[in-house]
Amino acid sequence: MKEFYTDDIAMSPRIRRLIDNLYENMPEVEADRAELITESYKQTEDLPVIMRRALAFKHILENIPITIRDDELIVGSATKAPRGCQTFPEFSYEWLESELDTMEKRAADPFYVSEDTKKRLRAVFPYWKGKTTSELATAYMAPEAQTAIAHNIFTPGNYFYNGVGHVTVCYGKILEVGYKGVIAEAQAALDKLSPGDAEYSKSSQFLQAVIISCEAVCAYAKRYSALAAETAKSCKDPNRRRELEIIAKNCANVPENPAGSFYEAMQSFWFIQMLLQIESSGHSISPGRFDQYMYPYYKKDIENGSLTREFAQELTDCVWVKLNDLNKARDKDSAEGFAGYSLFQNLIVGGQDVHGADATNDMSFHCIRASMHTQLPQPSFSARVWNGTPHIFMLKCAELTRTGVGLPAYYNDEVIIPSLMSRGLTMDDARDYNIIGCVEPQKAAKTEGWHDAAFFNMCRPLELVFSDGADTGQQIGPHTGDVTQMRTFDEFYDAYKTQMNYMISLLVNADNAIDVAHAERAPLPFLSSMIDNCIERGKSVQEGGAIYNFTGPQGFGVANMADALYAVKKLVFEDKVLSMSDLRDALADNFGKGMTEARAEKVTEQVVQNVYSAGKTLTENQIMDIYSSLIKGGCSQADKDKYQKILDMINSLPKFGNDDEEIDAFARDVAYTYTRPLETYKNPRGGQFQAGLYPVSANVPLGAQTGATPDGRLANTPVADGVSPAAGRDKIGPTAAANSVARLDHFIASNGTLFNQKFHPSALAGQSGLEAFVALIRSYFDRKGMHMQFNVVSRETLIDAQKHPEKYKSLVVRVAGYSALFTSLSKSLQDDIINRTEQGF
Amino acid sequence: MGKSYLDAKGRIFNIQRYSIHDGPGIRTIVFLKGCSLRCRWCCNPESQNIESQEMTDVDGRLTVVGQEISVREVMREVEKDRSYYYRSGGGLTLSGGEALMQPEFAPYLLQASREAGINTAIETTGFASFDIIKRYLPHTDYVLMDIKHMNDMKHKQFTSQSNRLIIENARKIAEWGANLTIRVPVIPTFNDTEAEISAIAQFAASLPNVTRLHLLPYHRLGEGKYERLGRNYTLSGIEPMSKEKEQTLLQAAEKSGLFCQLGG
Repeated sequence: MKEFYTDDIAMSPRIRRLIDNLYENMPEVEADRAELITESYKQTEDLPVIMRRALAFKHILENIPITIRDDELIVGSATKAPRGCQTFPEFSYEWLESELDTMEKRAADPFYVSEDTKKRLRAVFPYWKGKTTSELATAYMAPEAQTAIAHNIFTPGNYFYNGVGHVTVCYGKILEVGYKGVIAEAQAALDKLSPGDAEYSKSSQFLQAVIISCEAVCAYAKRYSALAAETAKSCKDPNRRRELEIIAKNCANVPENPAGSFYEAMQSFWFIQMLLQIESSGHSISPGRFDQYMYPYYKKDIENGSLTREFAQELTDCVWVKLNDLNKARDKDSAEGFAGYSLFQNLIVGGQDVHGADATNDMSFHCIRASMHTQLPQPSFSARVWNGTPHIFMLKCAELTRTGVGLPAYYNDEVIIPSLMSRGLTMDDARDYNIIGCVEPQKAAKTEGWHDAAFFNMCRPLELVFSDGADTGQQIGPHTGDVTQMRTFDEFYDAYKTQMNYMISLLVNADNAIDVAHAERAPLPFLSSMIDNCIERGKSVQEGGAIYNFTGPQGFGVANMADALYAVKKLVFEDKVLSMSDLRDALADNFGKGMTEARAEKVTEQVVQNVYSAGKTLTENQIMDIYSSLIKGGCSQADKDKYQKILDMINSLPKFGNDDEEIDAFARDVAYTYTRPLETYKNPRGGQFQAGLYPVSANVPLGAQTGATPDGRLANTPVADGVSPAAGRDKIGPTAAANSVARLDHFIASNGTLFNQKFHPSALAGQSGLEAFVALIRSYFDRKGMHMQFNVVSRETLIDAQKHPEKYKSLVVRVAGYSALFTSLSKSLQDDIINRTEQGF
Repeated sequence: MGKSYLDAKGRIFNIQRYSIHDGPGIRTIVFLKGCSLRCRWCCNPESQNIESQEMTDVDGRLTVVGQEISVREVMREVEKDRSYYYRSGGGLTLSGGEALMQPEFAPYLLQASREAGINTAIETTGFASFDIIKRYLPHTDYVLMDIKHMNDMKHKQFTSQSNRLIIENARKIAEWGANLTIRVPVIPTFNDTEAEISAIAQFAASLPNVTRLHLLPYHRLGEGKYERLGRNYTLSGIEPMSKEKEQTLLQAAEKSGLFCQLGG
């Protein structure tokens, strides 16, 4: 049996200081990158786009301000201010322009923007008019797809506004051969090209762009080396001076050359990780199997005595802190969907190696300790679990879970490996998978997975069944007929599938339009230099250079739709206790419950605006009357009573999440209405679409745009999170909920599923609590569940944190596929987390 | 064909899955109706009457507590978490109420569970004739039995029954060879002194093969149920013990040489 070093290692006081420094101020937007890329683009308008990208990257890296923060051992910062962010006008800028003045005060993920930064950014924006990926994507998109987006059926906003990211590059290879090695490889490919080759024009430009980008990265590291050396000279503290001298030496060597030590490997890793996020604004740049590619350096240095376990831990902790130093400003709506300043840098430990043997090693445990020490949301820390996972590894992970940091998320090799193989990965590649972003599995350094391609709200097509395809008076879906004339449940279910199929085709259209726009306007030579087989094929990942290509838009609302369709089947068609027209009226009137406060505010605002634009005025009292009538619901008492009876009937039906085989089997089928049609589509990179079933945190904002549903869910309230049961409807405890969720087909959702459970800390108390918790995960995985994550925090703590955010600055909760600072979340998302069933027994 | 005892019926009031403090591993607890004791701190007062009864639920609606159910039907629920028992070493626990009050049902439930390959535990007051208890023991893997107080007067005062039969049965169960753990609900004003806990621990240590003692600190989670049953809660106003006090009592118990722990 393998033995591991699992003793506690105390956290170095340096780490506390680094964290405190990081969270001292509100994160800030900086203008340098936007200015530099604009300068460069103005000089290169006559060049091929790939060359323009490389030259712009080089120009940025030569001129962007650099800084070494106090106490740092691993250096390299994208911004002067801790947790600051650069901007990326080449993808989109209109939202930033219009939100510059409001970003500091917004509810989700506020950013400070200085007046100087605003001025500098406003000066560069005009150049980008008509040049962004988002504008080109719109031009490519079918008008029907744009209509569907406008009506909130789905939102591809993530890649529409930003870079794609969502990738894991060949970190291990860079540590091994350095960028020097990559440059040599690109040069060799270039030398092989003959001017007569059909591919010559594009390939030669691409390969030169790769070389320019990699050389720029080497030069950038040398700027840090020089800065460290210079700072060392004036440093009075001899210890710090010595540290800076070593930093100078490290940065002179890596990432250009192979890493000569564990410390250099860590520094080299960090440059790769950080610079990918300067090249493009894509998030979910995921470090992947960090314990695997770091282990050879760790092992060698531990064995030759040049590294202590304590220093290895300190360096690992430093990297963890740095992962939180990066940041990204999103538009207001996306910020709600991805709340918590999260970059989703998913780092995974454990699991099997390419030969199917267990791959857990001492670095896996250093990584667990680093998350234990730092208690920060990044990295999105994940654990791979298979039947042969060592028990001690599970226990150490469970101890981390118990701290309430929401980490790690647990992934089941026994489902993911065959699932990936069903998508064409080789067995070796499938066994070597890691997770991107929230929950999306893929093979590192070979995949352009487009894993987070859109949010598709499965509830909205059901609304269209009740309106014959119309929404707010406009025909946006196919005509499926008068719902009250449908005679069988199958007829009704077919109408839902027709609406689903149509909307899925539009989702594909929108994603593909954005895909093409990225290939044409923002191919990424630096990223592509680290994905196989871009160099060999002479093209970027955006143009199909990767070995595996996917597009993975995620559907959410499975639980709501299972409960809703089941209610229709049972009450309307089988028991015939509810007429379809009464149900339709009840939904239209939101079961007589009026609107949510937020929704009523918005509608009141619209009414008032309409009145004013018609030249009339309203008194304060009249406005309040409108608002309160919206809150109360406008219908008669008789209607309200009738609707309450309908709601009671619905609520007394079995619900998904309670280990009821009939409804769970039904839920499995309902999930297929999304996963099956989607997998028949192709993307422009030569790959296929594959479904995910998880919402990030979009179930809250997108639920706010969804009417009442036949499962009894009220209008504008959150939709169920991931494949989890609808909030508060699972009443029999964690095993029953897990059994229900495991009855879904997780294999077909090869872009990931997400099952969230919230535990009170008492449920994990003591050795027996930990053991039971591990057994719960193991059993869910025996039943072929794919992913499981946990919030371990008491309801009281969360409510108190909502009231006194100042006391809970660093309270981390698991949102949905990632952990975030609770106090940075919007009130409605906080409420949603508080209201999820707490499994405390 | 068929095992007729699977059709034996009894009365329960709850089945609770993912219970992790009532015997080893992840367990499903079946709560049976009826108890001979009336412990003032009882957190399941709705369990005490062996008949079904009305109670208002947390939303203020009137509900019936207690349901007639067959062994077969209970086992259908117990089976649902089989994979969790397998992974954790868990199984079925009978609690209550008092499982010993339903000898024409409970032993069959234990037997059915064992025959299905699922281990069994009972949480019991031990208050019944030993002839009845003997019908349970062959089908029970873990006996978790309360000793609440060594002083008979005080025992009677707080639980309505004498402790003589209980103490006698504890010894008989241990001598019979059951895997017995002694549990003590530690209740302020009743048995929360070092002397009282020590006395129980020393008695437990004197039982053959008994090696484990659990101290279960008082909690108030049952208080609201009294009101919903229209009953008076006589311990109202009593605060749970401090952590320091719990530790002091734990140390007092440990002097007996038993493995002692706080909580189940």
